[in-house]
Amino acid sequence: MDIFYPIQILADWLTYVVFGIIPGTLLAGAVNFFIFDTIKIFLLLLVIIFSVSLIRSFLPPEKIRNILSHEKKYFGNILASLLGIITPFCTCSAIPLFLGFLEAGVPLGTTFSFLVASPMINEVALVLLLGLFGWKIALLYIASGLAIAIISGIIIGHLKVENLVEEFAYKSKSNGRLQLPEMDWKQRTDYAKNYTADIIKKVWIYVVVGIGIGAWIHGYVPADFLARYAGSGKWYAVPLAVLVGIPLYSNAAGVIPLVGVLTEKGVSIGTSLAFMMAVTGLSLPEFLILKKVMKTKLILIFAGIVGMGIIFTGYLFNFILGH
Amino acid sequence: MDIKILGTGCPNCQRLEQNTKQALEELKIEAVVEKVTDIQDIIGYGIMSTPALVVDGNVLLAGMVPSVNDIKEKIENYIK
Repeated sequence: MDIFYPIQILADWLTYVVFGIIPGTLLAGAVNFFIFDTIKIFLLLLVIIFSVSLIRSFLPPEKIRNILSHEKKYFGNILASLLGIITPFCTCSAIPLFLGFLEAGVPLGTTFSFLVASPMINEVALVLLLGLFGWKIALLYIASGLAIAIISGIIIGHLKVENLVEEFAYKSKSNGRLQLPEMDWKQRTDYAKNYTADIIKKVWIYVVVGIGIGAWIHGYVPADFLARYAGSGKWYAVPLAVLVGIPLYSNAAGVIPLVGVLTEKGVSIGTSLAFMMAVTGLSLPEFLILKKVMKTKLILIFAGIVGMGIIFTGYLFNFILGH
Repeated sequence: MDIKILGTGCPNCQRLEQNTKQALEELKIEAVVEKVTDIQDIIGYGIMSTPALVVDGNVLLAGMVPSVNDIKEKIENYIK
């Protein structure tokens, strides 16, 4: 049985009984969709973000750095990408993470694996994928995101581009002692609660607007309307989706609900996946910030490799799952 | 007491600064609260997530913005 079934009953009751909208009309479809998705997404956000931040309280970045500085090539890339999943990533934390890793002796390739996985596979994107696309697509997204992170890191590691990192990154400087106390369970749950509240406060408006526009499209735009422009047969759909996704980072929470509906209207799944990965994984503000610690050339190499990986993933899934 | 707030100026850092100042006021502790925004200096403390609170050279917390009460507790524990 679908665990979201009770929410559907609630959404039906609200739409048809409380609001008195006649079943079967376009308006009923849109309103029902909006209520159902909004409740479902917020429940998932609560549960998943809370669980992820609880796990994270055991693995702060300082600890991850120590683990990664002892790992060899390849295995280090895999581990870095996996650890990237549970780490939150905002553009303002990119630099401290990057410098902290290098300074502790984590190889450049491993650092990049982490830098790719961390924003691309984040808990908000996961919730939205799980809630709006189902677990199969969510898993596909995680698996291909991991593959891109691992492979990009290995390639960058092999390119021997350490000279493109600003020199001061390798100079350690010691200002004080680090003695973060171990947290007890109350502190862990407090941390998880605060973090969950923070994230929901930050994204709820995007989620609601995204689902709102999505609901309107769901109810009023004919199915397969977009297949002509963005179906799997259109070769330019994937690269175009990636380019459009780059400047949209801050709105990932609002973009994914929209993409969910666009898929329903004929955009092929590979193109949608590529678009979402570009939104989360390639971020213009992050590139600008990274300029402080690396040469533009390295940022271009980084963006280029990740971008190619995303485009390849898009074509691959259009090919395998194309309709 | 020498207190430093480490952070590159994101909204969280400002919230940590406000909460810390209020905690100090409620504890009636006279202290200089200084902001450290230079990324190299921040990394020098061994932390990787901002904002962070440093008291007399000791990092008491990193990567989160605790409530005023939590900060009071941490500072009191540190003094002991």
